[in-house]
Amino acid sequence: MKTRIWLVTALAFALTSPVFADKRGDAKARVEFGIIAAQKGLWTEATSVWERAVQIDDSYGQAWNNLAVGYEQLGKFDQARKAYEKALELEPGNNFIRNNYDQFREIYDRQNRRRDK
Amino acid sequence: MTARTAVAISSAVAALATVGCLNFYEIPVETPIHAKLDSSPFQRVLVAGFLSGGSKSIDPNTETARLLRSQLRTKSQMRVIDADAISLVDEVDKRNGTAPPPSDEPRIMTEKDLESYESIFTDAAFWKKLGEEYQGPLIVTGSVLFTEVSKQGMVSRPVSSVDQYGRPTVNEVRNFSSMKGFALAPKFVFIDGRTGAVLYSESFHEEALYQESQTTPALSSYFELMDKLLPGFLNTLSSQKIRGTRILLK
Repeated sequence: MKTRIWLVTALAFALTSPVFADKRGDAKARVEFGIIAAQKGLWTEATSVWERAVQIDDSYGQAWNNLAVGYEQLGKFDQARKAYEKALELEPGNNFIRNNYDQFREIYDRQNRRRDK
Repeated sequence: MTARTAVAISSAVAALATVGCLNFYEIPVETPIHAKLDSSPFQRVLVAGFLSGGSKSIDPNTETARLLRSQLRTKSQMRVIDADAISLVDEVDKRNGTAPPPSDEPRIMTEKDLESYESIFTDAAFWKKLGEEYQGPLIVTGSVLFTEVSKQGMVSRPVSSVDQYGRPTVNEVRNFSSMKGFALAPKFVFIDGRTGAVLYSESFHEEALYQESQTTPALSSYFELMDKLLPGFLNTLSSQKIRGTRILLK
């Protein structure tokens, strides 16, 4: 019985782990590429690459953070808010994401305040 | 000596490892903010004048009209019409048959006083007539209340010192303090000079407080406060970019 449990666990690990690693690895490569694009001011390209990264691995909080920053730079504030919230849901203790979000909220709230008028 | 070298080497290795593991990038950003008002139907703007009151140390109507004109000239695409600022307080008093006060005391001292004058903003016929004189520009008007304020209470301020190991530290010290200064509460109203209709309005409130011993001229405080409000005002008519930094992660 113990051997069976061990076998099932090992099989599950063997099946899922490489897939997860590949997904994260693929998404991470795109995230890094997006960062290079953003550093050159190519926000449309960077955002598009990060959109693909979160499609590949939607549990990648850092990618959601970058995507949020990208949306913010393109003026897509509602999408940026959702992406930041997703990033914080995945990485609740990440102060970098929290700081980005706080700074974004100042602008977002100002924009929304004016829409009400 | 060997121990020192070992410590130095291990510190360097640790530092290198940290740099190698860096997985965040601080990046300068310029977040675009869209204009609050579609000003495309207008090529020209008239800063008409403001209901003003509060402290008599400055004339908020003249100062605000002058400052906004100069800002609009340099930071917007619109042509600014040169015209004297109208005294809206006199205009309302004239309509109501109110005699001017014997002294030079401002007629508007509080927000409550201001309320009775604000009906002028919804007088479409008045603004349309004014607009016709200048071929239907966008009209900027509103109210500016610049008042003296004083406050007492606990104030915290950072105090830097050096600890017993020679390291600089910053501590927060709380003291009871008397502060005085000025409050600026402008309301900017944007009116269509072709129809006299109000297109948009927005109110602001800022305060600048100084130590009681400090003497700050009213005009200098007025400009300090307006500096904080101007981006919000200018953003009504034109898109702006807010500079900052964000952290990208990998």
